[in-house]
This record gives sequence, structure tokens and C-alpha cells, in this order.
Amino acid sequence: MTNHVIILPLIVNLLFSIILMFFWRNINFQKLFSVIGNAIGLGVAIYVFTHVYQNGTQVVEAGNWEAPFGIVFVGDMLAATLVLLTAISGLAVSIFSSISVINARLRFGYFSVFQFLLLGLNGAFLTGDIFNLYVWFEIIIISSFVLISIGGEKNQLEGAVKYFALNFFASMIFLTALGVLYGLAGTLNMADLAGKVQSIENRTLVDVCAVLFLVGFGIKSAIFPLYFWLPASYHTPPSAVSAIFAGLLTKVGVYALIRVFSMIFEIDVFLQNLLIGLGILTIFSGGIGALTHTNIRKVFSYLIICHIGFMIGGLGLFTKVALTGVVFYLIHDIIVKTNLFLIAGVIYRIKATTNMNKIGGLYANYPKLSLLMAIPLFSLVGVPPLSGFWPKLSLILASFSEAQYWYFGALIFGSFITLFIIARLWSKAFWKDQPEFKRERKFIYFYELRPFQKLQFIMPIMLLTFVSLYIGFGANHIQELSVRIAEEITNKDLYIKAVLNP
Amino acid sequence: MELLLAIITGLLYAAGIYMIMRRSIVKLILGIVLLGNGVNLLIFLLGRITKGEPPIISDSDKILEGIFADPIPQALILTAIVISFGLQSFAIILVKRAYKVLKTDDLDQLNTTDEDS
Repeated sequence: MTNHVIILPLIVNLLFSIILMFFWRNINFQKLFSVIGNAIGLGVAIYVFTHVYQNGTQVVEAGNWEAPFGIVFVGDMLAATLVLLTAISGLAVSIFSSISVINARLRFGYFSVFQFLLLGLNGAFLTGDIFNLYVWFEIIIISSFVLISIGGEKNQLEGAVKYFALNFFASMIFLTALGVLYGLAGTLNMADLAGKVQSIENRTLVDVCAVLFLVGFGIKSAIFPLYFWLPASYHTPPSAVSAIFAGLLTKVGVYALIRVFSMIFEIDVFLQNLLIGLGILTIFSGGIGALTHTNIRKVFSYLIICHIGFMIGGLGLFTKVALTGVVFYLIHDIIVKTNLFLIAGVIYRIKATTNMNKIGGLYANYPKLSLLMAIPLFSLVGVPPLSGFWPKLSLILASFSEAQYWYFGALIFGSFITLFIIARLWSKAFWKDQPEFKRERKFIYFYELRPFQKLQFIMPIMLLTFVSLYIGFGANHIQELSVRIAEEITNKDLYIKAVLNP
Repeated sequence: MELLLAIITGLLYAAGIYMIMRRSIVKLILGIVLLGNGVNLLIFLLGRITKGEPPIISDSDKILEGIFADPIPQALILTAIVISFGLQSFAIILVKRAYKVLKTDDLDQLNTTDEDS
């Protein structure tokens, strides 16, 4: 009897998505049940995390088929950590959705699809089979298509067409790469591939395959020339949807890149230069894109791209210190980016617009709320001792010791530009006086809400801010965890041993 | 057979990518369909084509011996077909809605989300 703990998060998500489907018309019930489901999901994720933390990598073989033949689920430290972060973001966003998304949208099975999205994310993190990873990716994208187009507003549909076209194309490239890889190695199990890909004689084809994977996951994680779909679509759906997308969807691409380039392909000099180069260009293009916009949600979308560059470059360095930085940054980024879009949602509820030029005086009107919002904003910048500071320290140290001065410069530039953008946002939206305010009819403003509804808006932000503060002030724990994950990533024999001889 | 399949795969990829790059959203869908079929054929081809050797163990043997057709690529293609069928039907509905709301099928006209608002 093997231990099936690590597939519990999948079962919880699947169960609740099915339960919610049966109450399609009963919105209030769905709201309550989705929050309960995500709370249980968080509990299970914490259990899985502690279980993996204490007992090391866990393996579950689906249908009891032995490892290289059947599909395996592998819960190593990286996967368990990401499952935990998914559950935290999921809980926060489900509370936020229950108030901020209008009922007309919720009537089309919003919460059920939301659970499916979390199911896909957890599956993608936990699977140890590369074709199964593709299937989870498809579950993620099809749920995200529904979430992005639900409601059917004009610019939402337009964003959805762009989002759909590029993500579908990315999946096709991923599938092509998979086909080529299967043709070369004859196996789909990632641990088995790790050994077999090394012994393939046709190295050119292996390199082509690696680059195809890079392009496929690169589109999904929005790295330099492939990011255009992101700022064109992320600001169109409701803030709750953008929050979960921002926090997790691009990061699952980064996760897949880390997995594929640590397990299956070796990072050689060519790939190293390519990844670092792409990382630098991603930082620059995201940062400069953010400068040119005034819509808060659009600025945040570009900042996602900018910070993806940090992780891609760090992956390119592939030293233990750099990977520690990458993993720590991933942990910090998921929480903070989710929070940023929730904040944008609250600002929209207060002012009925997210254009920084048209809003102001937030600090004068809502001083306590503004201070709460300040914490994630400054964590993003990386003001010590908040959470963004520690991973950048590792990344900068690694880039310096590896003599990658361009990447070093890009890191400094990216951090500086983030600081500038957040300072501009702060001075425009929070400190500037309110420019002339045209009250929109039919819009329920924040101050008109009942206290409980206000709490529903603010509680998820408080939850995520608390987690951010913990990541910042309890950095030694997170650093320890990141070092352990980085060791597991660099020493892939542990993973292979766990999967092939359980 | 391999050569023919390789040429067809190449043609499907080329046609699919060309269609995706056209400006009309209807052609985008056609491109997606063609590309999806191209990928399926590629997996089929790379799983090595073996004629008339089904992977069935005869009563006298314990394991398969000699050359036999690999069943995994077919399983993969089946999964991929189902997934791409779902995605394509979603895409058709999405494009129809988008056409009704935006009143254009020219992708170059879809640039309101790039402006600041």
C-alpha cells in the first residue's frame, strides 16, 4: 500500500468543481462552497507540504503501473511548495471573487471552472510524466479561456482572441516537441528521460527539441519576443481572474522550464547564453513597457513580464545560489503578483477606473487601506526586509560570481525601474489630489458597500500581505527551503532514484 | 510511406502557420485545425510506422519479441485529438461571439486593448 497523500489536492479540487457544477443556478451556495472548498484545499496543501518536507520526495503510481511505463505523480519539495502557494492564492482569490465578480458572470459556472483551473495547476506541478504535463496544461488553458471570456464584454472578447491564439499555438509547439522527444528517447517519464536523453547520439535533434520546449513554455511564461499576448489580455477580465492568472499561469510556464531544463536537457553554453540573453531582454522590455502605460492593471501586466526575466536569467546561470534565488523569487512572486491585481481591483471599486491620471487622494481618503496596500507594493520593489529583497540578493550574488555582468546590470535596472514605477503609482494614485471626479451612475462604489462586503474585499489582501510579510521577515525559513529545493534541482539523481526504485 | 507522411506533415505545418498569420480570424481557426492535425501526424510518424505487427503477445510467449507497432503514440494522438477538438469548438464559439460584438474579422482592427483607458 503506497502512500497517496500527494494526490489529495487534486482530489479536493476535482470533487469541489463537480459539487459546484450541481448547483449551477444557486450563486450564494456556490460562493460559500467555493470558499469552503479552497479552505479545505489549503488545509490539504499544508498537510502535503509538511508530509513531503518531513519524508522527502513522494511518488504515486497511477493504476499501480510501474514507473517508466505508467503515469507517475511526484511530489518533491518544489512541487509541494508550489501546490501550497497555489492553495493560498486560490483561497484569497475565491474570497475576492465572491464579492468583486458580478452575479451575471458567476451564473455561468465561474467557481466550478475556477476549481478546474486550480486542479490543472496542481496537476501540472505534481506530475512526473511529460505527456501528462501537456494534458494538465490543456486543462489550465481551457479553464483560463473560459474565465477570460466569461461575461463577453467587447475588450474582453478581443483580449480572449489574442490570449487564445497564442496559447493554443504554444500548446501545439509543446506537443511537437513532445512528439520529437518521444521519437528520440521512446519514453515519456521525466525521470526515465533524464537518463535516456543523455545517451542519444543525434545531439542536433536534441538541441532542436530543447529549443522547441523553450519556445512552447516561453510563450506560456511570457518571455522576450513571445510576451505580446499578456499585456493585451490580462487587464480585460475582472480583477479576480487577472489575479489568479498573474500569480500562477505564467509561473507554471517558469516551473515547466525549470523542470525540463534541469531534468531532461543539460544547460550547455548555448542554452545558458540563450536563457540569460532572453532573461535580460525580458527584463528590459517588461520594464520599459510598464513605463509607457498609465492603466494600473496594464502597468502590473508589464511588471509580470519584467520579473519573469529575473527567473529565466537565474535559471540560465544554473548554479546552486542562482537557483536558490530563482525558487525564492518564484515563491515571493506568486503571492505578490496575485495581491497586486487584487489591489487593482479594490482601487477600481473605489474610483471606477484604473487609469492613474484620473485617480488620486487614496491616501487621504483611506489611510489604513493605503498602508495595507503599501506593503505588497514595496515587497515587489524589494525594500529590505520585505520579501522581494532576499531572492534578488541571491541572484545578484550568483550573477557576480559567474561574471555575468550584463545580467547583473539588468537585475539592477529591473529593480530600479520597478522602484520608479511603484513610486510613480504611489505619488499619482495615493498622494496626488483627486482630479475632477465624475460620479458614474449604476456603479456601486466601495464606500457604499456594507461592512461585511468591505471585509470580503480586504480580507484576501490581508491574507496575502501577511504571507508576504512572513516571507520577508521569516526569510531564513524560506531561504532554507529554497536551498533545499535548489539542491534537489541540481542533483537530479535524487528524483530519478525516487521515481524508478520506489 | 514515411516520406509521404513527412511531406504531408510539413505541408500541414506550413499551411497551418500561414493561416494563423493571416489577418482574418476565420483563417486563424482553420490554421489551428490544420496545425493540430499536423502535430498528430508528426507524433504518429515519430512513433515509427510498423505494418501488420500488432503488439499482441501470443499464447506461447511471455514477452513481445521482434519488431512490433508501438501503441503509445496512438494513445497520445487520441488524447491530443480529443483535447484539440474541445479547444477548436471553443475557438469557433469564441470567434463567432467576437465577430458579433466587435463587428470585424480583421485582426488588425483588434487593437482597442492595446490603448490606455
